[in-house]
Amino acid sequence: METLFFLIITLVAIVSAILVITCKNPINSALSLIMTFFCLATYYVMLDAPFMAAVQVMVYAGAIMVLIVFTIMLLNIRIDASKKHSHKLIFGSIIGFFTLLNIAFVLMRSRAAVPTGPYSGDMIKNIGHTELIGKEMFTNFLLPFEITSILLLVAIVGAVILAKKKI
Amino acid sequence: MENLNSYLIVSAVLFSIGTIGVLTRKNAIVMFMCIELMLNAVNLTFVAFSRYLGNLDGQIFVFFIMTVAAAEAAVGLALFISFYNNKESIDVDDANLMKW
Repeated sequence: METLFFLIITLVAIVSAILVITCKNPINSALSLIMTFFCLATYYVMLDAPFMAAVQVMVYAGAIMVLIVFTIMLLNIRIDASKKHSHKLIFGSIIGFFTLLNIAFVLMRSRAAVPTGPYSGDMIKNIGHTELIGKEMFTNFLLPFEITSILLLVAIVGAVILAKKKI
Repeated sequence: MENLNSYLIVSAVLFSIGTIGVLTRKNAIVMFMCIELMLNAVNLTFVAFSRYLGNLDGQIFVFFIMTVAAAEAAVGLALFISFYNNKESIDVDDANLMKW
């Protein structure tokens, strides 16, 4: 049952990812990308990471995609009907295919490590995923967390300066 | 929980689709969305390995990658708006000032 569900989600994720790169209209690409993000959130739930799924839906499907759709509509981009990029299509597809082949080769030749960490599935279910993530983040990863806030501040200032015509 | 390999294969396929999109499309915003797709494929790998190895560090990394993606979206879309104001187009072929 779970395998069937996994296969259905995989089908939806890959078809919508292909739609992202084939649609002529950028709005359709953006909507397909939102669909892919929801599929990834489903994967996170299946991997016992419900907090990551919630963050995925809120940050990616909520904030970032709203920003992208807003920009597409603000710029009012025409649908590109130009046919002059056929050689780029062939070269890009070849490079993408070799990327996939390379990853598949590495996956088949490698052996995964044995599970060593302290967090088992039962522990995540009993204590709660959010609590474990929070404990880890505010003890071992406190300095990166603080640096992230500086990064966000710089991004805010940069976005305002770039988009404003006259400061 | 499914087999680790199936998640890795899905992630590899999504990453390759994103690569093809970045290399073949000319609309800057669509290229940007393909980069987001590649970032998400890597996130899936992180979460799958984190669950498999019983170690939460990978999920913390995903959290930071999401933060970087949000900052990238804010700055990148501001760049696109400023580019559109200059060139009246969002095609990456029109950014040819340093081409010879």
